[in-house]
Amino acid sequence: MSKRTITVTVNGQTHTADVEPRLLLSDFIRHTLGLTGTHVGCEHGVCGACTVLWHDPEDGPLAVRACLTFAVQADGAELTTVEGLAPDPEHLHPLQQAFMDEHGLQCGFCTPGFLMTLVPFLQEHPDPTDAEIRAGIAGNICRCTGYQNIVKAVRKAAGQMGGGDGA
Amino acid sequence: MTTRWFGARIPRSEDSRLVTGRGTYVDDVRVPGTLHAAFLRSPFAAARIKSIDVSRARTLPGVHLVLTGFDAPVLRNPCPLLIPNPQLQHPKTQVPLATEVVRHVGEPVACVVADSRYEAEDALELIEVDWEPLPAVHYLEQAAQPDAPRVHADLADNVAAHMVQQSGDFAAAAAAADHVLKLRLYMDRGTASSMETRGLIAWVDPGGALQVYDSTQAPIPIRNFMAAMLGLPQSKVRVVAPDVGGGFGPKVMMMYPEEVVVPYAALQLGRPVKWIEDRRENFGATTQERDQLHEVEVAFNRDGEIVGLKTVYLHDQGAYCPYGLQNPLITGTTLPGPYRLRNYHMEFRMLYTHKPFVTPYRGAGRPHGVYVMERCIDALARHLGADPNDVRRRNFIQPEEFPYDFGLTYQDGAPLRYDSGNYPEMLRMLLEMIEYDQFKREDQPRYRAAGRCVGIGVAPYVEGSGIGPFEGVRVTVEPSGKVMAATSVGTQGQGHYTSFAQIIADQLGVTPRDVFLTTGDTDKFNWGTGTFASRAAVVAGTAAHLAAAAVREKALEVASRILEAAPEDLELADGQVRVRGVPARAVSLGQVAARAMPLRGTLPSVDYTPGLEAIRYFAPSVGTFASGAHAAIIEIDPETGDMKVLRYCVVHDCGNVINPMIVEGQVHGGVAQGLGGVFYEKLVFDENGQCLTSTYMDYLLPTAREVPEIETDHLETPSPLNPLGMKGAGEAGVIPVAAMMAEAIDDALDHLGTEKITEMPLNPARLRAIIAAAGALPQAR
Repeated sequence: MSKRTITVTVNGQTHTADVEPRLLLSDFIRHTLGLTGTHVGCEHGVCGACTVLWHDPEDGPLAVRACLTFAVQADGAELTTVEGLAPDPEHLHPLQQAFMDEHGLQCGFCTPGFLMTLVPFLQEHPDPTDAEIRAGIAGNICRCTGYQNIVKAVRKAAGQMGGGDGA
Repeated sequence: MTTRWFGARIPRSEDSRLVTGRGTYVDDVRVPGTLHAAFLRSPFAAARIKSIDVSRARTLPGVHLVLTGFDAPVLRNPCPLLIPNPQLQHPKTQVPLATEVVRHVGEPVACVVADSRYEAEDALELIEVDWEPLPAVHYLEQAAQPDAPRVHADLADNVAAHMVQQSGDFAAAAAAADHVLKLRLYMDRGTASSMETRGLIAWVDPGGALQVYDSTQAPIPIRNFMAAMLGLPQSKVRVVAPDVGGGFGPKVMMMYPEEVVVPYAALQLGRPVKWIEDRRENFGATTQERDQLHEVEVAFNRDGEIVGLKTVYLHDQGAYCPYGLQNPLITGTTLPGPYRLRNYHMEFRMLYTHKPFVTPYRGAGRPHGVYVMERCIDALARHLGADPNDVRRRNFIQPEEFPYDFGLTYQDGAPLRYDSGNYPEMLRMLLEMIEYDQFKREDQPRYRAAGRCVGIGVAPYVEGSGIGPFEGVRVTVEPSGKVMAATSVGTQGQGHYTSFAQIIADQLGVTPRDVFLTTGDTDKFNWGTGTFASRAAVVAGTAAHLAAAAVREKALEVASRILEAAPEDLELADGQVRVRGVPARAVSLGQVAARAMPLRGTLPSVDYTPGLEAIRYFAPSVGTFASGAHAAIIEIDPETGDMKVLRYCVVHDCGNVINPMIVEGQVHGGVAQGLGGVFYEKLVFDENGQCLTSTYMDYLLPTAREVPEIETDHLETPSPLNPLGMKGAGEAGVIPVAAMMAEAIDDALDHLGTEKITEMPLNPARLRAIIAAAGALPQAR
C-alpha cells in the first residue's frame, strides 16, 4: 500500500510523516508520534477512550474519536491530546486536579478520554447540572468508578473554571 | 507528633501520572525493533482441524514468523491446571495453538509475527485452514444431556466435575418443615470487559533474560509457568505487570495461549514481540463467567425460620477448566450468606460447552449464591405474607454467635467459618438510610395511585475474602529517608500504591508520600500469587504492616546506639527517630538507614542483616468474611419496560478500612458492574455457539446515565484474624446486586400480578413481556 505524507500539529508541535491511508489516527498518535496517553479501548467508537481534541477554526475544540479517524484525514489539522492538557509542567488543568481530588479514576485507562471530552463540554456548559454532566459523559465508558466520583470531579472543575457554583 | 494514616481519606499517589497521560500500560511499552503478533482464531464453536496451510502467509513481505501448534510441543500441549480438586473428576485445559480440534469461537490456531499489526492481520487472511465443523453444544441443559455432543471426545459426557457438600440432613428437615417451596433460577453469561484489553510484550535482554510486560493480575505465577514451559530458569525470566487498565478477574488466568506463544516467538526471533488484544478478540479470547441454572428447594416453618435448603445446579464452564471448579464451589459456599443455615445440601455439575471458558469475574460465583438465597427468602416471605426483612432478621446469625462454622469447605480448602460481623445492625442501618418503612407505608401507595411502578429491593450478603496462600512485602528505608516497598500483588486501579503506603507510614513515622511502592515486578519481589478474591489489602497489606513493624524495631535499635538511649524511650515521627519528650535528641530515619549499612567495621552479630530493611509474609490459614447489604428504589415504565434506579444505598463492612475513599470507589465500580449484569449486559450465543453480542453496540456497558448515585455507609466489625482487623473489599459492590434488583423489580410490578423474576439478566423487552403476560400493559392511547 503506497504511503502519503501528512503534516499534523499535536499539542503545538508539528509533525510530518509518511503513513498508509489505512493507519488509524489513534495508532498514528500513539505509535508514530509516541504519545501514548491516548488509549484504545474498542476501535469501534463506543468507549471514548481514544477521544482527542480537533481544533476547528470556527467551532473551536471538538471531541473526536481517534479510532474512527484515519491519520490521513488529520492532514493539516491541529490536535490536542491529554499530554497537552496541562498548562505547563508545574501545573495541572483544573479537570486533572479535580479528578485527582475526587478519586475520579481508578485504573486510569479511560481517564484521558474523559478529560478530553470534558474540555469542550465545560466550554459549552460552564455550569452544568448533574444530569447534564451525566449526559455529557455518556459517550465515555468507565468500568472502574461507577461514574459517581467523575461527576463530582466535573462539578468541582466547573466551579473552579468560573462556572458559578457548579450546582 | 505521630499522625495516623490508616483510615485516612487521602488522594492517591499514582494519580498524577495517570491524569497527565503518563501511565505505562502494556501497549505503551516501546522497545526498539518490536514486531507485532496477530492470532488466527477459530470462527467455529466446534470443529476438527484437517489441515493448516501457512505457506502463503509466510511469504508476505513484512512477515517474520508464522507459528502453529505443529512447530513445537510447548505450542500444542495443554497448559497447567491451576487448582486441582478431588471432585474435579475430568479436568481439561487449553492449549496455546490448537492442532486437532477447536472448542470455542476465538480459540487460537496460528500466530503471525510481522513488522506491524496491520501487516500481521493481512497475513492472517492468507492462512488456509481446512475446517470440519462439528455439532456444537452451547447451552447448559443441552450440555447435560447424555447424548449431547461431547466437547472432549475422550470423556463419556460433558461433566467436568460433580461436587456435593452438605451439612445436617436436608431431607429430614424438609419432611419435618411446615412448608417446602421449589424454585428454578437462572443467571446468564457476562464478561468483565475491562477498558484495557489483554496484551503482552516479550523480549530477550542483552544479559539473556526474558523480559515480559503483561497486563496480568498475577505476574509471579505467570513468570513461574512461563519459565517452566519455555525451559528457562525462573531467575532468567522477569514478568512485570505495568499499569493495568482494569483486571476484574479474567486477567488472573494463566496460561492464556498468547502468554505462551508471544514469548516463544520472541525467543525464536531474538526480537521483541508484542501482542495487544483488540476488543473483538476480547469477546472470545478472554474468559467469561456467570452461567448457572439452579433447582432449589427451601424448607421453612410458619414463623419464617429456614430449616433447610437444597440446591442442585449446573455450571457452564465453557471449553476448558484451568481454574478448576472454584466458581461453582464459591457459589455454593456463599449461598448461606448471613443466615443460620443448617441442613444444607449443595450439589453441582460443572459442564463443558463449546464456549469461551470460564474463570472468575468479579464476584466469582458469589452473586449466584446470594441470588438463590435471596430469591428463596422472597418466595417464602410471599408465601407467609411476611415482609422479607422480617424473614431475614428471623434467620440472621447473631453478633454473639461468631465464629460461626457451617460445616462446609470454602474455596481455599479451609472450613467455611465466619470470623465476625453484625448483620442485624447492617440491615438496620440500610433500611434507615433508604427510609424503607416510609417508602412502603407512604411513598409506594402514592406512586401506585398515580399509575407508576416503583418498588424497593434489599439484599444482604457475606463475602469470603482475604484467603491465602500468602503474600509478602519488603520494606526498605534508604539513606535519603525515603521508604521503598515492594510487594508480590499486582495493581489494576485499587490504589495499592497509596493504601499500602498508609500502612507503612504509620509504622515508620513518615507520610505516605514518602513511601514508594513497586507492585507486580518479579525482579523486585518474586514470591506470591496475585490480586484476586478480594485479598490484596488483607494479605499483602498485613505483610506490609509486619515488614514495616520489623523495620521500625530495627530503626529503634540502631538509633538507640546513635542516640545512646533505650529503644523504649524512642519514637518514630516526622521522618525522625527521637527521644520521647526531648525533640532535640533526634536523628533522621535516613541517617539511621545509612548507619545500618557501614563501609567499615562489622555488623553487630552474625544474624544481623544490613540495612534498614525487612521482608515479611502473611499466610492466613482461613479467609475473613466481609459483609454488606444493598437496597434500591427503582421505577419501571410499564409501557417500555425500561428501568430507572431512583435511589441506591449500600452499607458495607470490610472490617477496619485503610482508605475510605478507595473502598467507596471499589463499591461504586462493583455496583455498576452488578447493574450491568442485571439489565444491560448479556452475552448471547446462537445455536452454533456464535457470540451475537461481541461489540459494544450489542453488549451494553452501563454509562453515566444508567449508573445511579450510590449512597454508602460503613460498618466496621474488625477481623480477629489479622493485626489490622481488615477484610476484603474489591468484589463487594457486585455481589448482591442481582438478588436485590430481582426483589425490587418484583416489588415494582407486584400490584400488576406479574410472575416473579427467576432469571438474570433482564432487559426492557423481557420486562414488557412479563407485564404483558399479566395482562397489564397500558392500553394503547
